[in-house]
Amino acid sequence: MSRWLSDPLLKVEGLTMRFGGLTAVSDFHVSVGRGDITALIGPNGAGKTTVFNCITGFYKPTQGRLALARKGAASPAAVEALTRSGSRFATLGGSELFLLERMADHEIAHRARVARTFQNIRLFAGMTVLENLIVAQHNELMRASGLTFFGLFNTPGFQRAERAAVARAVRWLERINLFERADDPAGALPYGDQRRLEIARAMCTDPVLLCLDEPAAGLNPRESAELTALLRSIRDEDGVSVLLIEHDMSVVMQVSDHVIVLDYGRKIADGAPQEVREDPRVIAAYLGVDDEAEVLEAESEMAGMAGESP
Amino acid sequence: MAAQQDHQRPDMARALVDAGFAALVTFGLSFPILALRTEQDMQNRLVVEQRWSWAIVAVVAVFCARLLAGLLSDWRARAVAIPGALIGVYGAHLALTVGPANGAGIVAFGLALLIGAFPLDARLRETPAAVAKPNVEGPDHSRLMSIAGIVALFVFPFVMLAWLGPQGSLKWINNYGVQILIYVMLGWGLNIVVGLAGLLDLGYVAFYAVGAYSYALLSTTYGLSFWICLPLAGVLAAFWGVILGFPVLRLRGDYLAIVTLAFGEIIRVVLINWSDFSNGYAGISSIPRVTFFGVPFTAADNGFAAMMGLEFTPIHRTIFLYFLILCLALLTNAVTLRLRALPIGRAWEALREDEIACRSLGVNTVNTKLTAFALGAMFGGFAGSFFAVRQNFVSPESFTFIESATILAIVVLGGMGSQIGVALAAVAMIGGTEILRELDFLKRIFGEGFDPAQYRMLIFGLAMVVMMIWKPRGLISSRTPSIFLKTKRAVAGALVREGQG
Amino acid sequence: MENFLQQLINGLTLGSIYGLIAIGYTMVFGIIGMVNFAHGDVFMLSAFIALIIFLALTQLLGLASMPVAFLIVLVAAMACTALWNWAIERVAYRPLRGSFRLAPLISAIGMSIFLSNFVQVVQGPRNKPVPPMFTDLIRLTDGPLSVTLSYKQILIMAVTAVLLLAFWFVVQKTALGRAQRACEQDRKMAALLGIDVDRTISLTFVIGAALAAVAGTLYMLYYGVVNFSDGFTPGVKAFTAAVLGGIGSLPGAVIGGLLIGLIETFWAAYFSSDYKDVAAFSVLAITLIFMPQGLLGKPEVEKV
Repeated sequence: MSRWLSDPLLKVEGLTMRFGGLTAVSDFHVSVGRGDITALIGPNGAGKTTVFNCITGFYKPTQGRLALARKGAASPAAVEALTRSGSRFATLGGSELFLLERMADHEIAHRARVARTFQNIRLFAGMTVLENLIVAQHNELMRASGLTFFGLFNTPGFQRAERAAVARAVRWLERINLFERADDPAGALPYGDQRRLEIARAMCTDPVLLCLDEPAAGLNPRESAELTALLRSIRDEDGVSVLLIEHDMSVVMQVSDHVIVLDYGRKIADGAPQEVREDPRVIAAYLGVDDEAEVLEAESEMAGMAGESP
Repeated sequence: MAAQQDHQRPDMARALVDAGFAALVTFGLSFPILALRTEQDMQNRLVVEQRWSWAIVAVVAVFCARLLAGLLSDWRARAVAIPGALIGVYGAHLALTVGPANGAGIVAFGLALLIGAFPLDARLRETPAAVAKPNVEGPDHSRLMSIAGIVALFVFPFVMLAWLGPQGSLKWINNYGVQILIYVMLGWGLNIVVGLAGLLDLGYVAFYAVGAYSYALLSTTYGLSFWICLPLAGVLAAFWGVILGFPVLRLRGDYLAIVTLAFGEIIRVVLINWSDFSNGYAGISSIPRVTFFGVPFTAADNGFAAMMGLEFTPIHRTIFLYFLILCLALLTNAVTLRLRALPIGRAWEALREDEIACRSLGVNTVNTKLTAFALGAMFGGFAGSFFAVRQNFVSPESFTFIESATILAIVVLGGMGSQIGVALAAVAMIGGTEILRELDFLKRIFGEGFDPAQYRMLIFGLAMVVMMIWKPRGLISSRTPSIFLKTKRAVAGALVREGQG
Repeated sequence: MENFLQQLINGLTLGSIYGLIAIGYTMVFGIIGMVNFAHGDVFMLSAFIALIIFLALTQLLGLASMPVAFLIVLVAAMACTALWNWAIERVAYRPLRGSFRLAPLISAIGMSIFLSNFVQVVQGPRNKPVPPMFTDLIRLTDGPLSVTLSYKQILIMAVTAVLLLAFWFVVQKTALGRAQRACEQDRKMAALLGIDVDRTISLTFVIGAALAAVAGTLYMLYYGVVNFSDGFTPGVKAFTAAVLGGIGSLPGAVIGGLLIGLIETFWAAYFSSDYKDVAAFSVLAITLIFMPQGLLGKPEVEKV
C-alpha cells in the first residue's frame, strides 16, 4: 500500500476556498505521505498555490479539514475527537495532531512545523545570507534569549543557543554551496542561489513538512539537477516530507513519490508518477485537448518527457 | 555624488528659454499672494496693498537661478553662483528701494560670487569627476570614532564653560547641547519603530506628551521625585504604546500612518480640553526642577554649589541636565544596538524587509510589532519626562504634529535604521534651525528689514524638501549586518527595503 | 427636530468642503501612492488667494456685483492654486518619483511647513476677517428654534454639486480620466502604451488643487476669516474623510467628507464642541480597525 494511504502526514478533507464568487478550490481531498516527496501539478490557475496558502495558513479555508499528525499516525477517531473539542492541536498517545485550518500562519510554521517557500522569492533582500538563516530560527533563539531579557545581558545560555544557530546555518550554507557568500546581502545573489537559499531558510525552521512553490522556476538545467539532488537529500537525510508545486515535468517525474493533479480547483488524478502520467484526463487537462487523437499525441509527448528520468 | 555627469557644453538658448519659462511660472505664483498684501486698517477693515517689487524680485531671482543652473554644468559651481545671484538681486532691490549706498556693497559681493563661478565651472569641467571610490575594506575605524565622539560629548560643556564663562556658555550648552540631544534621543526612539521595524508612525509625539505629563502630574500631585517618575513615565508611555498599537498594528502602510497621526491629535485635543486633568491650554507650571540626586541646584546652604564648595551659578543645573539627556540618549543607543543583535531586533528588520516571509518562518508579527512600538514609546516617554523637568512647564502647545514630523524627518534623513545617521540628521535639522536665530549680524549687512528668525520655519520646511531630493535614502543608507561569519560588510542601501507598515 | 435639521444643513455644508479637499488626497494617493501632506496647506493658500483676489476686485477695480465677483474669484483662485500645485509637484515630488516611499512623504511635510510659513511671512500672522457676502437667510420653519438656510450654504452645496459632476465627467468620460485610471493600475504599463505618465500625474495635481481652491473659496466665504494656520486641521480631516471613504475611491472621498462633516457637527451640537475632532478621528480609527479598506475601497487581497 502506498505510504500516503498507510502513513499520512497531512490529510486534507473537503478543502474549499472561495474568493467572493470565485471558487478557487472545491472539495479537495488528499493525503500527503510521511517521508514522501509529493508533487502538486496542474495548469496555470488550477488553484495549486491556493491549496498551499490554505495549508500554510495564509488563507483561511472556506470549508474543510487539514489534519497534520506530526509524530506517528493519527487514528480517524482521534481527528474526530480533536475536531469536536474545538482546540487547534492536541497530543494524543504519542502523536501530535494539528488542525491547520484553525491555526494562524505563524503558528503553523512554529508549532505544526510546516515551512514554505514562495513562487516569487521572498528573501530578506537587505539582510545577509547568514542573517536570513538566523531569522528562520527566531523562535528557538527567542526562547533562549528569555524573551530578550537574558539576551540583553548576553548570558552564557543565550550565547550557546546563538552558536548553535550559526552552526546550523553554516551546515545549510555548505549544503547549498553558499558558504562563501554568507556575509553578502541575500538580494545580491543570482536567481538560482536565491531559490536554494530560500529552501535552506525554510529548512532552518526545522520543519516536518516543507512546501515548495515552483522551486525550479527560472532555473537552468544544471541548477535543476542540483535542486533535484537537494530535494532527495532533504527527504532521505533529513527525513522531511516535501510537498511541491512544479511545472517542470522532468523534475516532477524524477523526484516525486506521489503526484496529485489539480484542474479548475478540482482533483483530477492522484497516484504514483507512472499512473498519473498515463492518465488520459491528466493529459487532456494539461494540454487543453479533448480530441482522442490529440490525447494520444500528448501521451507520447509525456512518455518522451518521462524518458529523461532514470 | 549627485553631480551631473554630463560634461557637454551648456546651451545658451535652451537655458534662456528654460529660465524664461520658470520666471513666467514664478510670476503666476507670486501674482496674488506676493504682489498684493492684505492688511487691516484703522477700522479693522481688510484692505489690500500693492507690493509689486516683491514679485519682481522673486521673478528676477528665479530667472537668474534657473539660468545659472542651465549654464553651469557642475553642481559645485552652481552652489556658488546661485546664492551669489540671489544676494545680488536682493542687494539691487535694496539699492532701489532704500538707497544706492545700502545695496551697492551687497550687489558687488553677489556679482563677485556669480562671476567667480564661471571659471570654477570651467575648471571643474576639465578635471574628470572623481570615480566613485570602490568599497575598499580598510581597518574598522568606527569603534575608535564613536569612542572619540562620546568623549567629545562629555567634555563639551566644560570646554564651553572654560571658554565662554557661565554666562556665555549657557546658550551653547542649553540651546545647542540639550536641545539637539533631546531630538537625537527622540530620533533614536522612533528609529526603532520606523527605521528597524518599518512601521510608519506619524503620532510619536503622543508618547513624548505622555512622558512629559506623567512627570508633571506625578510630581505636582504626589510629590514624587524625578528619579522615580522617569521610569514610571517610560512604563506609562510603553503601556500607551501597547494600548494604541494593539488595534492598529494589523493595518498596513499609510493606514497605520494616518491612525497614528489621529491618535497623536486625539491625545493633544484631550490634553487641551480635559482641564481637570491637565489644566488645558494653560498647562502645568512650577514642575519641580531636577536635583543632583536629591541635592537641589540652589544658592542655599544645602544646595549643590555649597556642597561642592563652588560658587553658585545656574549653569550647574544646565550642565547636569546636559549630562542627564546625554546619558539617556546613550542608553537608548546602547539598548537599540544590543537589540539589533538579538532575535527580536533581527525580527524587526526582517519584518521591514518582508512581513509575509516572516510569518512563514513562524515569527509572531503582531507581538514583534508591538514590542517595537512599545519600546519606541518608552524612549519617547523618557525623553518627555526629561523635557518636563527641563522646562518645568508643560502645555499641549509643545506636542503638535510639527514635532512628530520633525522627528520622523530626522529618522528618514538620517537613513532609516542608522544610529549615527539619525544623530547627524538631528544635529543638522535642530542645530541648523537654532543657528538661524543667531544670524542677527546679517542685519548689519542686509539692512534692518532683514530678519532671519522670521524665516526660520520657512527655511526649515524648504530644507526638508531639498535634503530629501538630495538624499532620498538619507545620509547613511547602508545597513550594517547584525551578525557575520567572516567579514562585516555593509549592505548597500538600494537593497534594503523600508517596510510596508 | 428643528435642531436636527439645522445641524444636518450645517453638517452637509462643512462636509462639502471636506469632500472637495478629500478628492485631492484620494486622487494623488490613487495615482502615485503618496500621502500629499501639503494638500491641506494648498487649500489654505487657495483661501488666501481667493481673499486677495476678492479684495483686489472690489477695492482696486471697484467691482460692485457680488455674484460676478464670486465667479471671477472662484475661477482665478482655481487657476492660481492649480499653478501652485503644479509647481510644487514639479519641484518637490517629481524628482522623488520611484524613490523610497518615505522620501516624498517627508518632502510633502516639508512643503506643508514651507507653505504655511510662507503665507505667514508674506501676508502676516493675524486673522484676516473677510468682508461679509451673501448674508441673506431663508427661514425654513418658524418658532423659537427656527431652521435657517443661508444663501452661503446654498451656494456652497450648489457649487460643490456642480463641480463634482463636472469632475466626475472628466474622470469617467475623457481620455485624461482613462489615462489616470490606467496610471493607477500600472504606471509602467501605461507608459509603454504611450500614455504620458508625467503629464497625467501633473494634471492630477492640477485638478486636485483646483477642487481644493473651490473648497478654499467656499471656506473663506462661509467662515468669514482665514489664517495661515488654517490648513492643517481641515487637511487632516479631509484626509481622514478620504481614508474613511476608501482611499483611491472618488465617490468614497465625497461620502467620507460628508460623513466627517456630519459627525463633527452633530457631535458639537449634541455633546461637546471641545471633542468634535476626537469624534472624527475616533470614527476613522474604528472604521479602519474593522474595515481597513474604508467604506467604498476595494478590499486588499494579500498577495502571497
